[in-house]
Amino acid sequence: MSVAKPNPHDSGPIHVSGVARYTDDIPLADPVHLAFGLSSVAHAKLTSVNLDAVRAADGVIEVLTAADLPAENDVSPAAHDEPMLAVDTVHFVGQPIFLVVATSHRAARVAAQLGEIKYEELPALLTIDAAMAADSKFEDAMTFQNGDADGAMATSDRQVEGSMEIGGQEHFYLEGQAASAQPNEGDVLVHSSTQHPTEIQHKVAEGLGIPMNAVRVETRRMGGGFGGKESQGNSLAVASAVVAMRLNRPAKMRYDRDDDMIITGKRHDFRIKYKAGFDSTGRLQSVIFEQFAKCGWAMDLSLPVADRAMLHADNAYYLPNVRILSHRLKTNTVSNTAYRGFGGPQGVVGIERVMDHIAHDLGLDPLAVRRVNFYGTDDRNVTPYHMIVEDNVMPEITDELVETSNYAARRTEIAEFNKTSPILKRGIALTPVKFGISFTLTHLNQAGALVHVYSDGSIHLNHGGTEMGQGLFTKIAQVAATVFGVDLADIKITATDTAKVPNTSATAASSGADLNGMACKAACETIRERLSAFAAETWGVSVDQIVYGDNTVSAGGNSMAFAELAAAAYGARIQLSATGFYKTPKIKWDRFAGKGRPFLYFSYGAAVTEVVIDTLTGENRILRTDILHDVGRSLNPALDIGQIEGAYVQGAGWMTTEELVWDDNGKLWTHAPSTYKIPACSDRPKEFNVALWERGENVEDTIYKSKAVGEPPFNLGISAFMALSDAVASCGDAYPDMDAPATSERVLKTVDMEKGITW
Amino acid sequence: MGQIRFLLNGDDVVLDNPNPTETLLDFLRENRKLKGTKEGCNEGDCGACTVSIAALEDGRLTHRALNACILFLPQLHGKSVRTVEGISAPDGRLHPVQQALVEYHGSQCGFCTPGFVMSMYTAHRDGRQDFDDVLAGNLCRCTGYAPIIRAAEAAAKVAQPDWLADEADQLAAMAGGDITLDGAFLPATLDSFADWYVENPDATIVGGATDLGLWVTKLMRNLLPTVFVHRLEGLQQIETTDEGIRIGAGVTVARVRGAMVDRHPDFAEMLRRYGSVQVRNSATIGGNIANGSPIGDSPPPLIALGTVLTLRRGSERREVLLEDFYISYGKQDRQTGEFVESLFIPTQADTLAVYKISKRFDQDISALNAAFNITVEGGKVTAARIAFGGMAAMPQRASNVENALVGQPWIEATVEAACEAFAQDYTPIKDVRGTAAYRLRTAQNLLRRYFHESTNPLTETRIVGRGAA
Repeated sequence: MSVAKPNPHDSGPIHVSGVARYTDDIPLADPVHLAFGLSSVAHAKLTSVNLDAVRAADGVIEVLTAADLPAENDVSPAAHDEPMLAVDTVHFVGQPIFLVVATSHRAARVAAQLGEIKYEELPALLTIDAAMAADSKFEDAMTFQNGDADGAMATSDRQVEGSMEIGGQEHFYLEGQAASAQPNEGDVLVHSSTQHPTEIQHKVAEGLGIPMNAVRVETRRMGGGFGGKESQGNSLAVASAVVAMRLNRPAKMRYDRDDDMIITGKRHDFRIKYKAGFDSTGRLQSVIFEQFAKCGWAMDLSLPVADRAMLHADNAYYLPNVRILSHRLKTNTVSNTAYRGFGGPQGVVGIERVMDHIAHDLGLDPLAVRRVNFYGTDDRNVTPYHMIVEDNVMPEITDELVETSNYAARRTEIAEFNKTSPILKRGIALTPVKFGISFTLTHLNQAGALVHVYSDGSIHLNHGGTEMGQGLFTKIAQVAATVFGVDLADIKITATDTAKVPNTSATAASSGADLNGMACKAACETIRERLSAFAAETWGVSVDQIVYGDNTVSAGGNSMAFAELAAAAYGARIQLSATGFYKTPKIKWDRFAGKGRPFLYFSYGAAVTEVVIDTLTGENRILRTDILHDVGRSLNPALDIGQIEGAYVQGAGWMTTEELVWDDNGKLWTHAPSTYKIPACSDRPKEFNVALWERGENVEDTIYKSKAVGEPPFNLGISAFMALSDAVASCGDAYPDMDAPATSERVLKTVDMEKGITW
Repeated sequence: MGQIRFLLNGDDVVLDNPNPTETLLDFLRENRKLKGTKEGCNEGDCGACTVSIAALEDGRLTHRALNACILFLPQLHGKSVRTVEGISAPDGRLHPVQQALVEYHGSQCGFCTPGFVMSMYTAHRDGRQDFDDVLAGNLCRCTGYAPIIRAAEAAAKVAQPDWLADEADQLAAMAGGDITLDGAFLPATLDSFADWYVENPDATIVGGATDLGLWVTKLMRNLLPTVFVHRLEGLQQIETTDEGIRIGAGVTVARVRGAMVDRHPDFAEMLRRYGSVQVRNSATIGGNIANGSPIGDSPPPLIALGTVLTLRRGSERREVLLEDFYISYGKQDRQTGEFVESLFIPTQADTLAVYKISKRFDQDISALNAAFNITVEGGKVTAARIAFGGMAAMPQRASNVENALVGQPWIEATVEAACEAFAQDYTPIKDVRGTAAYRLRTAQNLLRRYFHESTNPLTETRIVGRGAA
C-alpha cells in the first residue's frame, strides 16, 4: 500500500537543486513584461489620467487603460464588480488604473510610477466603524440562531460581555503572483500561479471575448498559496492574455512584493462582540455574537468567508441558545479574500475568547470551562446551524493531549514561577479545533481526474487539484499507486491543466485530497476493472481473485508484472485511459435559513502552548507547543505533520507579530517583509511536539478514511494568543482585554492595564 | 572601459562595463537563465535569493551567505559566486544539506528552499550550527521551520563532500588595480579612493548595499555615479590597543559582532539581531553610522561607549565624537568629499547593556533601541552615557535622564525620578513599528530593566539571546 507511507514531497529533489520551475521560471520566446500603475488615493473620481511620461519611458511598448480592453473588464470571481483597470472611479489605494507593456520587468515597473493622475477625492470608508455608520454592506446582516438566546441570557446565572478586534493577515506566499500567456493560432496558453486554473480560464475567456475552449491554463506548482491565489491571480492572467493576443507575442507579469501586498486581498479583519450567560461551572446557557467583517471594496469571496466565520462561532462547543449576527462591510480598502481557514479562524477566536473570559470570571482553569462546554456525542450535539455533530472526538483528543503535554503539572509550575518572577511571566493554554470540511457552496464539491496507463506500465496522472506545497500531488499519486499496486515512482505527476480535467473547483477549503483523491481512485479503478476482466479471462479465474501489489498482478497460481499486463491489455485492445469523477455525498445547505448540513464531517485537534512575556516591554515568545491532531487514517503522515506544524506557526504568527497597519488615508504601511513580520526561524516553538491522533478514522467514506488537513490546524495557533492572555492575567485582577495580534505593544498595554497604568 | 571578473559556479565570468547597479539576482535569472535563485521580496528580507560568496579576506578563503537581490555586480569582482545549481556533485549527487532537506521534509512549496539550501550550505562549510541565527534571514511560510532545522542538524553530522573546490588561487589572480566603469569607480586602495572622492564628491559611496540596494529595487532611483569601497583593505582593519579598538568603516557588521563578543557582549548580542546573516555579511559599520538613520542599530551603543569617528577628506583627517556627528534628521557633520574612515571605541570596563525592541526578535528593524553605560561607585552613579534610537529624528543621548542619575544613589527612587526625564529628552513619533506612547513607556521600562539587571542579577529579565531565561 502506497498510502499511509511517509513519502517525501514528490518535488523535494528538484526543490533543493533549484530545478523546480515556477511560473516566472518558464522560458518564453522574447516576452513582453507588464506592470500596473496604481491609485494613490482610497476613493476618488479620476478627473485626468495623463500617461505621456509613461509612454515615453525607456523600454515602454504601449500603455493600456480600461478603454483599450477588448472585452469584459472584470477580474472578480463571481460578482462582476471588480474591473481589472479602474473606470472613472478608484476604490482603494493600490487599485490598478493602467497597464504598462515594456521590454523588461524593471522598465515596466519604472514606467508605472510615472502616471500623472488627477483625482477628485470622495469620502473614504476605511474602518469597520465608518462602514457601519454609513451602512455600507454587501448584503443584509445574516443571522444563525438556535434556541432562545435572549430568554436564556436573561435567566442565566452570570454573564460576561466584551468586544475584540482581530487583525487581518497577509498571505506572504514566498512566490508572488505571476502569470504568462502565449498566443497560439487565436487560442491562448496561460501559465498561472493559481489555486484555481478553471477560474483563470473563465476570466481570460471573458477578458478576451472568446470561449473557454480557446483558453488553456496550466499550473505545475505554486510557491505557496494559502488562499491568496484562489482569485487574486486573475488580473495578472487576464492582463497577460490581453497583451499577448494584442501583440501576438508572449507576455508575462509578476507583482513586485510591495505591489503584491498593496494590490491583493488578505484575511478579513474582524470585530467580534460577544455576550455570554453561563452557570457556576462555566457551562454556557446563552451566547450572542455580533461579527463585523471588513470586506474591502469588492465582494470577491467575502460572503462565504463571513458565512464560515459564523459556522465556526461554536468551534468545539455546544451552544444551547445562540444567536450569531454577521455584517459584511464594504470599505475603501483592498478587497479581502480567501485565507487558510476562510473566516473560520476568526469565528473560533470569538468563542475561545468567550471561554477564556468565562474562566477568568469564575476563577477557573480555562481548560475546565472548555471541557464542560464540548459537544456531546448522543446529546448536546446540535450546531447553531442545526447540523448534528456525529463524529465528535474532541473529549478523547483533549484527554490524551492533557496527559501527554503534562498540562496540569505545568500549569501549577507556571503559577509558582509567576509568583517569584517579577518581570517575566509565563502563561499556558489549551485550545481545541473542530473544523467543518466541504465547500459551503455545495456545487463546488466535485472533482475530476484523468489517468492513462501506457503500454510499458507507466502511469500518467492528472486531476483538478493544484500543488501549492501541501503535497497534494504526492498524496494523489499514492492513491494511484495503491490502486494499481505499483511503486510510487511509476506514477507520473503532471501539471494541472484545464485541457485535461475541465470545470474544476479551486484547490481550497482543505478539500484537495478528499475530492481529487476520490476522483483519481475512481479513474484508476475503472482501468483496473478493465485490466482485471482481461486478466480473469486470460487466466480463467474470477475477477475477484485478482490481486494487485508489489508491481505484480496475480490470481491463483498465475502472476504477471503490472507492466506486462499493461502491454498485453493494449495488445488486446483494452482501453487504458479513464476519467474519474467524485461529488461529496450527504451535504445540503441553505445559507439564508442558516440550516442544513454544510459539511460532510469535521476535523479535530488540540494544542497546548506555553509562552513567556516580558512585563516591561511586552516582548513575548512561545516556549513549547504540544499538538494532537486528527487526520483520520493519514494518507501520508510526514506530509500531514508538515501541514500541522506549518499551519500552527502561521496561525501563531497571525495572532502575534503579523500586524497590518494602514495610515489615516487608507494606505497600507506594512507592504513589505521589512515591516510586516511573519514568524522567522527562531519564532517556532523550541519544543514542538506534534502527533497525529492514532485512533483517528473518518466515520464518513472519504479517501482511505483520511481527513482534510490544510486549514484545521491553522486554528491551533490561537492557543498562543490564549496563553499570552493567561500570562498577562497574572499581572492583575482584571480580564485581559487584548486585541489581536498580540504584538509587544498590545501585550505591554494590557499588562499595564492590569497594573492600573494607562498610556 | 573596465571589466569585472568573478567565478560563477566555478566558471570564469568577465563582464565588460556592466551596469553598476544591476543586481546579481537579475543577472542570474535574466542573463544567465539560472532560475534556481528566487526573488521573494527584492529587498533582502526573505532570503529566497541567497547565494554563497567566497572571497579572500586576509589571504584566507571565506564563505558568506548574501542576498543576491541587493548585491550589485561590481561587488562581485574577484569573488566566487555559488548558486543552488552549483553545489551538487558533477554526477548529480546532492549536497548533504540538499539531501537532508529532502529526507526531513524540509521543502513544501519549495520556493524558499534554494535560499535555505544556500544558507545551510554556507554554514556547513564553516561548521556553524547556530541554526536559529544562520537561518534567521530565510523566511518560510509553509513548514513552520521545524523540519528545516531537523534537516540542518542532520546534515551537520555529514562530512564536507569531496567535490567542493578550493578557489583561493583563482581568486588571488583576479584582484588587480583600480577599475573604472560607466558610472562606477572601483578603487583598489584607500588612497586612490580618498583622492577620487575629493574630485567626485557627488558620487554615491556603495559599501554593502544593504540599504542602497533598495534605492534601486524599490525606489527605482538612479544612483550613478557610484564608487564601490568593498575592495579597500584600508577600510577593513580592526586594530586593538590598550587604549581601545579601532574599526575600519568598511568592516562588516558580522565582523564587528565578533570583535565585540569579549569586550562588550551585550553589544555583540544586539548585533546578533542586526538584520540577518545575509545582511550582516554585507552591511558595513561605516554605512550604518553614516546613513544617519534614526533607527540604525549600532549608533546608540557606540554613542554610549564614547566612540570617536575619524573622517577623512583626501589626505586630511579629523576626529569627531559620534554623538556630535548627528546634527538633525538626515544631516550629519560630513563635509563635501569627506568620508567616514574608521571609528575608535575607548577601552573601558564593560557596564554596557544594549536592548533592541522590535516586533519580531530576528531580522527586524528596531522600534527603539537603547544603550545604557552607567558607572556606579560606592552606591552612587558617577557617570552615565545613555543613548537611544527610534526615539528622535536621529540617534541621541538622553541627557536629562543622565543628569537625573549622575550623583544620585543607585536606588529605585532615583531610577523612577530619572524615568520622568525621558519626556524631556524625547518626543517620539508613531509609525508602523509602534506608537509614541509605547516608545516612551518602553524607554522608561528599559532603564528599569537595566536597574534590575545591575541590582538583582538573579532576576530573569530577558526572553531571548544573551542572559535569556
